[in-house]
Amino acid sequence: MNPSLNGHHPRKRANYHTVVAIVEDKPGVLMRVASLFRRRGFNIESLTVGHSEMPGLSRMTIVVDGDSAPVEQVEKQLYKLIDVIKVSDLSQEDIVARELAMIKVRCNNVNRHELLDIANVFRADVVDIATNSIILQVVGDEDKIDGLIKMCEPYGIRELSRTGRIAMVRGTKTTTVHEPEPERIARIHQTQGRRVEGDLPFSSD
Amino acid sequence: MARMTGAQMVLEGLQREGVEVIFGYPGGVVLPLYDTLPQYPGIRHILVRHEQGAAHMADGYARASGRMGVCLGTSGPGATNLVTGICTAWMDSVPVFALTGNVSRTLLGKDGFQEADITGITHSITKHNYLVMRPEEIPLTIREAAHICRTGRPGPVLVDIPKDVFQESAEFDWPEQVHLRGYRPTYEGHAGMIRRAAELIDQARRPIIIAGHGVIWSDAQDELVALAEKAEIPVITTFLGIGAFPEAHRLSYGWLGMHGMFYANMAADNADLVIGVGMRFDDRAMGRFKDFNPGVKIIHIDIDPAEIGKNFPTAVPIVGSAKNVLPRLTEHVREAKHTEWLQWIDQVREEHPSLHIRESRRMLPQYVVRTLYEETEGNATIVTGVGQHQMWAGQHYFYKRPRQLISSGGLGTMGFELPGAIGAQVALPDAEVWAICGDGGFQMTMQELAVVVDENLPLKIAIFNNGYLGMVRQWQQLFYDRNFVAVAMTQPDFCKIADAYGIRAIRVETKAEVAPAIREARAHKGPILIDFMIDQEENVWPMVPAGAALSETIEAPAEELAR
Ligand SMILES: Cc1cc2nc3c(=O)[nH]c(=O)nc-3n(C[C@H](O)[C@H](O)[C@H](O)COP(=O)(O)OP(=O)(O)OC[C@H]3O[C@@H](n4cnc5c(N)ncnc54)[C@H](O)[C@@H]3O)c2cc1C
Ligand SMILES: Cc1ncc(C[n+]2csc(CCOP(=O)(O)OP(=O)(O)O)c2C)c(N)n1
Ligand SMILES: [Mg+2]
Repeated sequence: MNPSLNGHHPRKRANYHTVVAIVEDKPGVLMRVASLFRRRGFNIESLTVGHSEMPGLSRMTIVVDGDSAPVEQVEKQLYKLIDVIKVSDLSQEDIVARELAMIKVRCNNVNRHELLDIANVFRADVVDIATNSIILQVVGDEDKIDGLIKMCEPYGIRELSRTGRIAMVRGTKTTTVHEPEPERIARIHQTQGRRVEGDLPFSSD
Repeated sequence: MARMTGAQMVLEGLQREGVEVIFGYPGGVVLPLYDTLPQYPGIRHILVRHEQGAAHMADGYARASGRMGVCLGTSGPGATNLVTGICTAWMDSVPVFALTGNVSRTLLGKDGFQEADITGITHSITKHNYLVMRPEEIPLTIREAAHICRTGRPGPVLVDIPKDVFQESAEFDWPEQVHLRGYRPTYEGHAGMIRRAAELIDQARRPIIIAGHGVIWSDAQDELVALAEKAEIPVITTFLGIGAFPEAHRLSYGWLGMHGMFYANMAADNADLVIGVGMRFDDRAMGRFKDFNPGVKIIHIDIDPAEIGKNFPTAVPIVGSAKNVLPRLTEHVREAKHTEWLQWIDQVREEHPSLHIRESRRMLPQYVVRTLYEETEGNATIVTGVGQHQMWAGQHYFYKRPRQLISSGGLGTMGFELPGAIGAQVALPDAEVWAICGDGGFQMTMQELAVVVDENLPLKIAIFNNGYLGMVRQWQQLFYDRNFVAVAMTQPDFCKIADAYGIRAIRVETKAEVAPAIREARAHKGPILIDFMIDQEENVWPMVPAGAALSETIEAPAEELAR
């Protein structure tokens, strides 16, 4: 993305797809996914990962630029990764999509009130306040966040951090995986690839 | 359950997976494993001379037998030396199981002596890989890795084990079943899609089957023949599909692509329906995508859904194994005759025979391959390097059975020839295996001659000695205005090299000596090397120039035919 300040908003979104991947919570999974996207030339607009409702499984939300590759290829390639269990393209679904941003804006005693008014309109929270700056925290879809950023720009944005999108389908439909593993296997899968805690003997070979 | 060291668990696990041979090379961190090897006499270890050789041998072994090939290297340079071989197997979907040692767990991530992040390095060239941090994880990991390696679309896997994990002990808990939520290959093929495909086939007037490597992995030659015969569909193959369909069959029209037969390219380009089976529509096979046979409909049968629609839009996708899908398709299609279409291709073949070898006093490489074909009555297993000799070996030998031609297609790895052939010969100890080598490629891995001797393999090694990196020379001649740079090579005396290893050798300098030398080699019980001093400037024809479409296939120019 263009690093200049007014680079955040003219974002083209026409062909962005929201893909949710349920993946094994194992070391290296993020690298496998990221490296797949890099190698195949699929452009990632944002990627968010965290725990899901299922123990041992993480949820990745990937916003991918559909102009860089057919989303069907992206899904199929993701499925080829052994650690990827389920992939859903939410683009055709009725979804709730949210992102969180923290914006540190320059301000002073004179214009602080204006800024607070703006924050109010966007239902942004003030999470920090100092003599020359203020941190606003806002949750919403990208348009809302872009809107707030735009309004803050004239004051001077000192720092900006956005989480990238997470999304969920409305209604009863879910992307849950209902497939518990046999206990013996689950036990090994939980540790596979993870570092061993505690002291190990030193050995140089 | 028994208590075992990590090293024992690895070997026990591999043995349970049916592994009989490991191609490997020792080093510090795998010493615990080597120390344990004598306890497993059922596993034969073959000591290579370079880990790249180990990976290619495992690959050649797998391609020749259909079984999983195993290679082993130490950490750091041992592991990175395997990489070319792993990538070669990856590109051609070969089930190679690579096992590496790594530094002890305390040193992992600390740039320990001979540490290499081999799982990171091989992420994009393996189906899956594992770093094993606890001995109790070894049984499940070996089982899973082997399962992933040889099921679905086969491909390489890598298991990396720190030295102290080999040394630590735990209970050996062998899982009877594999349970991988993220890995469920589809074998069956969708019934509705199969019916739609059958309809398209019934309607087609100029159908053609393009059979690929997947038919070979699927062991589906008979099933393919049955479909082709019932609906009278001509069959061409990709280069790696050679042998998927018997080349002597009346419906066989050779193979297509950059150096495929003119008539095969024209048939593919003029068909109204392409049935791709176990092939991935590679650019070397299809020419310029955008101008391949406009208007053609494609049925694509492949076990990997990601291959479908990757390069070409597909009218009917069928995800499944060729072995399962083909018979069901055959059931549904109507018996048919395509007399006119076959006559059309026959006519093109008559006018552009492609495989005619001209009369010449020179020792033409095509003639050497053809003579080998005749002398071996078409029964030998042929393993090649990469370059002109590879293409001639594909063109002028005629193959009957799957696994008969073994060659690096997707990665095009020079140096594959000798270790690949060693692996094939180990897999098929009684078969007649010929390594057809480039004089360039041979020098990339020729140290493996020592393995031929150690293991007393009856391998026949033919060097196509043109004094050039011939394929590159051909490109410089055709596309770089004869500006020959870095392609001529001073060759060592290959016969003396063979001799130094204790391998018998023959040099062949004239056409008249070709057949007698091949006969002598066949009569000889042990290994033998023949240095064929072939014509130096022969080019491979036909050719689809780089970036051209199949319809732009060019044939040997008149001045070359007059040479
Ligand atoms: C110098 C040089 C020249 C070359 N010239 C040519 C040329 O003229 N023509 C040509 O064709 N190639 C040529 N090649 C090789 C080319 O680069 C590719 O390797 C080749 O075309 C791939 O063939 P393939 O698709 O059949 O096999 P692979 O690349 O091995 O693909 C196999 C396909 O089969 C599928 N599959 C696997 N198992 C099954 C199963 N059980 N059931 C169903 N499907 C399965 C896989 O998913 C995959 O899609 C050349 C290579 C070199 C080095
Ligand atoms: C490892 C590797 N390096 C470079 C190449 C590029 N390349 C393709 S064919 C070829 C020439 C091969 O020469 P040789 O082995 O003598 O075979 P010839 O073409 O002469 O039959 C080269 C250099 C390659 N395929 N593999
Ligand atoms: Mg050469």
